[in-house]
Amino acid sequence: MGRFFLSVLRRDLTIAARRRGDWLTALFFFVMVSSLFPLGVGPDPELLKLIGPGVLWVAATLASLLSLSRLFEDDHRDGSLEQMVLSPAPVVLLVLGKTLAHWMIYGIPLLLITPVLGMQFNLSADAIGVLVFSLLLGTPILSLLGATGAALTLGLRGGGVLLTLLVLPLYTPALIFGAGAVAGVMAGTGAEAQLSLLGAFFLVSFIVAPWIAAASLGVSLE
Amino acid sequence: MNLYHYASPPNFYKLAGTLVPWAAWSAAILGVCGLYIGFFVAPTDFQQGEAYRIIFIHVPSAWMGMLIYLVMAFWGAIGLAFNARLPFMLMRALAPTGAVLTAVALWTGAVWGKPMWGTWWVWDARLTSTLILLFLYMGTLALWSAIEDTKRSDRAGALLTLIGVVNVPIIMFSVVWWNTLHQGSSIGVTHAPKMAATMMQAVLLMTASAWLYAIAVVLARVRRIIVERERKTEWVQKLLTAEA
Repeated sequence: MGRFFLSVLRRDLTIAARRRGDWLTALFFFVMVSSLFPLGVGPDPELLKLIGPGVLWVAATLASLLSLSRLFEDDHRDGSLEQMVLSPAPVVLLVLGKTLAHWMIYGIPLLLITPVLGMQFNLSADAIGVLVFSLLLGTPILSLLGATGAALTLGLRGGGVLLTLLVLPLYTPALIFGAGAVAGVMAGTGAEAQLSLLGAFFLVSFIVAPWIAAASLGVSLE
Repeated sequence: MNLYHYASPPNFYKLAGTLVPWAAWSAAILGVCGLYIGFFVAPTDFQQGEAYRIIFIHVPSAWMGMLIYLVMAFWGAIGLAFNARLPFMLMRALAPTGAVLTAVALWTGAVWGKPMWGTWWVWDARLTSTLILLFLYMGTLALWSAIEDTKRSDRAGALLTLIGVVNVPIIMFSVVWWNTLHQGSSIGVTHAPKMAATMMQAVLLMTASAWLYAIAVVLARVRRIIVERERKTEWVQKLLTAEA
């Protein structure tokens, strides 16, 4: 079982390493969306500081969707997904492996670039630290919930847009706690409460979402 | 009476046919009584004047909007667990009504907010969570309309509603983190209602009316769904030739 999980993970990471365009697109999308905001609202540093955490968090949710629509799609099209589901290993492990791969491909580069973007928004070092930490807790939630949406919309016409409609409302708690933690640090009230809640939300998603995603894969492949 | 008797679509079709007029007429009568008490008998509020009277539509529709989502999740779970047809049909019949009542709650809230808070919309906790609830309904409806295969779309919708229902309390809780402008709950089970008895009567009548309205509309809709899905069976053929 562990070997199955690791081989799913290794396979997806290898594919990502060979098709660098895919995950670089999501990363550049994140950078560009964040950089458009100062152009839209003006260069006032105080204002940017205020909206920065929220903007970066929203951009991160949108960037996750960009790559999620293809989480199962490519494997579904060439038939390998069906083979993996038919294998004796539990489907939940397949979902967890692919979700972890998605997070490593999309989440880690995003975490690495976030401090730079934080500086663009005039955030203090403390706030940037909390922002990165909140994204570290929060981006796996986005991958987990998004995997469920991707499994439900597998093979549908306009699946990408539909995925957005299904998943964005489910993302709201992560967005609120994540951006709220940074705002808490900047306001001097501390971030622990929101970060704890974000962690709790991560645990709930980690326990619930893979099962529902696995069931959804079964429904979509029938 | 054996409840499983009504798990079969033809029997449920008949039962729903009997119940629809009863529910519809009682909804209409209770609604007229509730509106009469609400608009003519209940006293003017000392703070909010006459404008508060929209509560008689706002509160029942907001309650029903939330409740129907839970009922949808319930029937979806039953359908998944027992692999039955009827629960899925009920689930699908519920969604449009839930979405409409949620939209009504948002709209009446905006109309109420304008004279009270001086603005159509504020990003307050309950408004926002109701808006997100509407998004959840819309997502479910969009998913259904995108999947042509009935069996797949039923199950996918049920799974989406299940993950939604786990998420709804978390969403509600998370949006409460904003300092809220919405007035606290006036009615609760733990304390006496903070409103005049006649106002309370009107709210209760309107709530009963909203329940019965939802039941009538959902049963009428589920009858259409049953006929549509079972159109190839003998009993529907007979029914249709008898009606034609």
